[in-house]
Amino acid sequence: MAGHATSLKTYFTIWIALLIFTGLTVFAARIDLGVYNAAVALTIASVKATLVALFFMHIRGTSERLTKLVVVSALFFLFLLLGLSMSDYLTRAWH
Amino acid sequence: MSTVKAQVTERTNYLNADYGVRSWLLTTDHKRIALLYLISITFFFFIGGFYALLIRLELLTPAGDLVQADTYNKLFTMHGMVMVFFFLIPSIPAVLGNFLIPMMIGAKDLAFPRINLLSWYLYIIGGALMCHCMLTGGADTGWTFYVPFSAITNTKFVEAGLAIFVAGFSSILTGLNFVVTVHRMRAPGMTWSRLPLFVWAHYATSIIQLLGTPVIAITILLVAAERTLHLGIFDPKLGGDPLLFQHLFWFYSHPAVYIMILPAMGVISEVIACYARKRIFGYSFVAFSSIAIAVFGFLVWAHHMFVAGISLYSALVFSMLSYAVAVPSAVKVFNWTATLYKGSIHYDAPMLYAFGFIGLFTVGGLTGLFLAALGIDVHVTDTYFVVAHFHYIMVGGAVMGYLGGMHFWWPKISGKLYPEGWAKLAALIVFVGFNLTFFPQFILGYLGMPRRYWDYSHMPEFQVLNVASTAGATILGIGYLLPMVYFLWSLRYGDPAPDNPWNAAGLEWKTASPPPTFNFDSDPVVTWEAYNYDEIDAPHIQEAPVGR
Ligand code: HEM
Ligand SMILES: [Cu+2]
Repeated sequence: MAGHATSLKTYFTIWIALLIFTGLTVFAARIDLGVYNAAVALTIASVKATLVALFFMHIRGTSERLTKLVVVSALFFLFLLLGLSMSDYLTRAWH
Repeated sequence: MSTVKAQVTERTNYLNADYGVRSWLLTTDHKRIALLYLISITFFFFIGGFYALLIRLELLTPAGDLVQADTYNKLFTMHGMVMVFFFLIPSIPAVLGNFLIPMMIGAKDLAFPRINLLSWYLYIIGGALMCHCMLTGGADTGWTFYVPFSAITNTKFVEAGLAIFVAGFSSILTGLNFVVTVHRMRAPGMTWSRLPLFVWAHYATSIIQLLGTPVIAITILLVAAERTLHLGIFDPKLGGDPLLFQHLFWFYSHPAVYIMILPAMGVISEVIACYARKRIFGYSFVAFSSIAIAVFGFLVWAHHMFVAGISLYSALVFSMLSYAVAVPSAVKVFNWTATLYKGSIHYDAPMLYAFGFIGLFTVGGLTGLFLAALGIDVHVTDTYFVVAHFHYIMVGGAVMGYLGGMHFWWPKISGKLYPEGWAKLAALIVFVGFNLTFFPQFILGYLGMPRRYWDYSHMPEFQVLNVASTAGATILGIGYLLPMVYFLWSLRYGDPAPDNPWNAAGLEWKTASPPPTFNFDSDPVVTWEAYNYDEIDAPHIQEAPVGR
């Protein structure tokens, strides 16, 4: 953490933001958006996960190449999970 | 202290440094934690073995006479779960990897010694849950716990799932520790290209543990949620998809087969180099094939789902990719074989296990290619052919590697030599027993005997091969008990081991047997390449003592 301490204020701001997003999720769950229900919920969840990774897990502002590599590979393998599963879902014969 | 006295008193080492129970249960010494793991996984190996015995006994006769169908379902479920999650996945990494990796790279310990201890406690908590689950009825879902059945069975699936969930975190922590240790703790001069292949193999294994294990954890949680809250993630009536479960499960569980085999491959590289007295042929190919396996291993999972109703186009892609993943494994087998060429081969017990590994792993790998072919898979999927395939790899490969490694490093771990004659005999018995147990299963499967059936009275012609298999299992059991007996025997009666009984390369052999608590008496500096057997065996050149 050489010289890169995040201030307490930032942590609280992020925390408040996360709470607001949680509220938003609950709110969105109460209105029927049809096919967009899942899309909206997942978008909010992704934003929250990104905030947590960037600030609480200190990805933002890191100068460590290895840390960056870890983040990129985690995202890459998530992409593989979704992408290759989609190779099934998008071409399956649904009857 | 006078020199005379120093020779008489036993050197202080990690074993005799302290004898209290607390000094074991609260230790952060990677070597002691390795021994804690050794005892725990041996315990589970016996439990898993006991289930196997009951399964084989039931199949001795075509009629379902020993146990009821429900009991049989529980037997193979608990056998699979215990063997995979509580024995084989932690086996080589948590015992030999834990013990050796810091020493091999010239470090005093792993990067996070306390997390290492935490991982053992998580394993024990998971193991206790598993035992409780077994004692109170067990689960009957198969180790693969496919939905929809796992979402509705009224056996103890949730507890078994929780046990695997917790043990999974132990596995993640071990992987995390190894990755950071290899990056951060290498001794001066221990460059990446000088790392023992055992370390490369564990590095690759750790990547899989880190990236794959969270997915199985989530999958277990989703099934539990599906059971209790009826979320409709997997249930088509509620808009879910049961195949989604299989995608998630195999996204972890195919790579997990490499968590089990890669460390064994690491052991084999060390053993072959030592007993052929040669540098491993194509060092960098062997090293990078481990990484390639770790990455490509994530691209093939749906070959377990060919008949489950996935898209044909997708199946074609996964079939092709499965062929690709066999390439790095083949690279290793060819390189080991090339290492033997013109080597000065010694047939010591660890080498016999290594030979066994190469042969059995090759059979297992090649039959994997049969299964990866769409047409053949339709015929043999869910038959004993699959059972034989994965046992050739997991038992014939990984367990052989584990036993070979246990023999190779036993003098370092215990400070005692095991009886060589008995060890060779045991290796032979294991090899014969193994083949007698599992080769008939290839034929049975090819002829159409389904897996997971407790009664085959409508096809009594299968009995002969089943009897052969059960007989083989008995021999195999003896082969596994023997090393247990003479390892324990050697603790008391074995000859004291010299620091480097095999004249092997590698930093772990340059410290005492057993090593002192912080591994080396002075910080090692590495000035030689890996596997410098030509230098070690060259006449008149004295090896420089390091860290002593
Ligand atoms: C050479 C590379 C390999 C290929 C191409 C391959 C291919 C396959 C295929 C296609 C299946 C599915 C068969 C079916 O259910 O119809 C399978 C099953 C299995 N394989 Fe492999 N395999 C390979 C290596 C391994 C390794 C290294 C291991 C373990 C260390 C392993 C363990 C298993 C297990 C446990 C199953 C059965 C899972 C179950 O249904 O319970 N395989 N393999
Ligand atoms: Cu697979």
